[in-house]
Amino acid sequence: MLIYLDHAATTPMVDVAIKAMTQQLSKLGNPSSLHTPGRSARKDVEEARETIARAIDCQPSEIIFTGSGTEADNIALKGLYWRGKAVGRNLVLISAIEHHAILDSAQWLHDHEGAEIVMIGVDTDGVLDLSQLADLIAQRGDEIAVISIMHSNNETGVIQPVAQVVELARVASIPVHCDGVQSFGKVPLSFQQLGLTALALSAHKMGGPLGIGLLVLRRGLEIPALSHGGGQEREIRSGTLNTPSIVAFAAAAQLAMEKMQERSEWITALREEFSAGILALVPDAYINGAAAKDRLPGIINLTFPGTESDTLLLLLDAEGIACSTGAACSAGVQRPSHVLLAMGHDDRSARSSLRFSLGWTTTGEDIDQVLGVLPYVIERARAANLR
Amino acid sequence: MRLIAAMSGGVDSAVAAARAVEAGHDVIGVHLALSSNPQKYRSGARGCCTVEDSHDARRAADLIGIPFYIWDMAKEFHEDVVENFIAEYAAGRTPNPCLRCNEKIKFAAVLDRARAMGFDGVVTGHYAITKQGPLGKTLHRGVDISKDQSYVLSVLTVEQIAGAIFPLGDTSKVDIRKEAAARGLSVANKPDSHDICFIPSGDSAGWLRERLGSEVGPILDQSGNQIGEHRGAYTYTIGQRKGLGLSIPTPDGSPRFVLKIEPTTNTVVVGSREELAVTTMYGENPVWCGLAVTEMDQRGFVQIRAHGAALPCTYRFENNQLIAQLDEPLLGLATGQAMAIYDGDRVVGSATICETKA
Repeated sequence: MLIYLDHAATTPMVDVAIKAMTQQLSKLGNPSSLHTPGRSARKDVEEARETIARAIDCQPSEIIFTGSGTEADNIALKGLYWRGKAVGRNLVLISAIEHHAILDSAQWLHDHEGAEIVMIGVDTDGVLDLSQLADLIAQRGDEIAVISIMHSNNETGVIQPVAQVVELARVASIPVHCDGVQSFGKVPLSFQQLGLTALALSAHKMGGPLGIGLLVLRRGLEIPALSHGGGQEREIRSGTLNTPSIVAFAAAAQLAMEKMQERSEWITALREEFSAGILALVPDAYINGAAAKDRLPGIINLTFPGTESDTLLLLLDAEGIACSTGAACSAGVQRPSHVLLAMGHDDRSARSSLRFSLGWTTTGEDIDQVLGVLPYVIERARAANLR
Repeated sequence: MRLIAAMSGGVDSAVAAARAVEAGHDVIGVHLALSSNPQKYRSGARGCCTVEDSHDARRAADLIGIPFYIWDMAKEFHEDVVENFIAEYAAGRTPNPCLRCNEKIKFAAVLDRARAMGFDGVVTGHYAITKQGPLGKTLHRGVDISKDQSYVLSVLTVEQIAGAIFPLGDTSKVDIRKEAAARGLSVANKPDSHDICFIPSGDSAGWLRERLGSEVGPILDQSGNQIGEHRGAYTYTIGQRKGLGLSIPTPDGSPRFVLKIEPTTNTVVVGSREELAVTTMYGENPVWCGLAVTEMDQRGFVQIRAHGAALPCTYRFENNQLIAQLDEPLLGLATGQAMAIYDGDRVVGSATICETKA
């Protein structure tokens, strides 16, 4: 039996989304066409846009559909940087724990566009250092083109003080982009209330299909496009709209909003039960970000001293348990997580860490099964740790 | 048995994994990432370490229907194989990195890790055979003599051989390719890899020069007269004839060969073909693939290159050295190479050549 504890990588599609997508797949029409089938597809897209806008608390016209959360991050970070550069702002501030969609985009801006990148650190619980940010804004506020801070971290689940970031940025009129991919549908997330300039989301992390994401970009704010063509989506993201995925995204978003409170409560309870169980079985293990004020309900990031995460993954996989390190791979090779390193881990302890992410299909039985094999797995992994 | 199949992305290891599965074993495929900064694409027939190769290995595992992982062995490989390779050349010896990789990585780091994780052994696509004898498993030549890889495995201990599974030893390479095609493995026609996997350019001398510098030094004849200059003594191999760039011919016009490399004085000594002749070789750090060799003279064969000939000899182990006396003299023998001793087709053991005598 498969025990799937990698919901932060992708989570099963919910039935309403599968149904919506399947129905739409047999419907003809390019939403950009002017004739009857085109108008019908356009209507479906716009209804979905309105549904999603309600879920994120933004205006429908602020939504730009993309092919992924990564694409949305790229459009926002590069676009806002270029917009700032045009008026002499060359500095990009990001947190040290951003997803590679932001990290590597920033690196690209540095390498190819001459941007200056400053990374804001985090404390040992993985929470953004607001004082460092405040200092930078105070000293160099008029140089900053864009600030990009994720809403919650994909490896630790630690929620970041985005509202305070926006507050600090407002004084110097700095646009703030937020990667909200992990948070959307799991914890309250309001574009309006946070006062963000831009927000990147993805469907497949919350029950929608793979291959569809979106960027919320404040109304009236124009940024240069990365891809050019038919002029769809405010001429910021050209390309035929993916109607089946968009309607499925909306269906999943709506369901996630309805179920958020309920799911959040029982997934948090399961997580706490799981955490306590692991710490009882492996006393020297510890949870990364445990003391942070806010965490996502479903993510637990643990360090198991004396192990290597790729060994743990293999052994757990052999027991039918799917989880992850949460860190990016390079050619399939695990690298020590930049997130854990930023939290003060050394190379070795970062390589001894594992992410379990629970989701809407996780049961108490799943947790019990993992706890049942964990001592054996840890023992084997420690024996195999040759470094 | 529960086995780890080391899958390079080549045809041999893919068929080996498939055969292990068919034999009823519980197999998991593992690709060893040996470079921390792998190239995206294969270049020529070199290497097994590119992203493209790991993709090939993954697709083979998919087709065979086994789990697949990539193990990061870049650090171990660098320390135990690459650095050793450089250090050996710097010391004037000629190492064989494939042998070192088998000894330190595939049947040490990987096998140890596999055993600790509860696996019984490691499957590879080497052309060699193991046989169960009264005293344990023994290592033998593969039936396809042109592809036989027992030489590069002659550094394995009895313990390591016990955990090694070589499913291809009874088959010819031609038939393995046919079998791969019949199994639908896309790597069936992938070219064989040769040369040194961590030198993708194939230019070993240039690669070494980058790391060891290219300090100019003298090329001397046997009497000590300087007859030329070289750019880094370590880029030469004993017995080498080409690329010496000597402008002063020998009196009789006969070719000159590298006789000696002296790293401390950065000197290369050349001489005639006859002066290359070796009849006795001495090896240090021996490894026995079965019962240890004793002081008693034994008849057998010694092999000094991966696909070299099996040379009839008398061998013994004395004063911590493996000594082989050749029936016929051999021309050009570099220290640092492995001398593998065979009893018929069985590998007795091996040692690193440290000295030779005419």
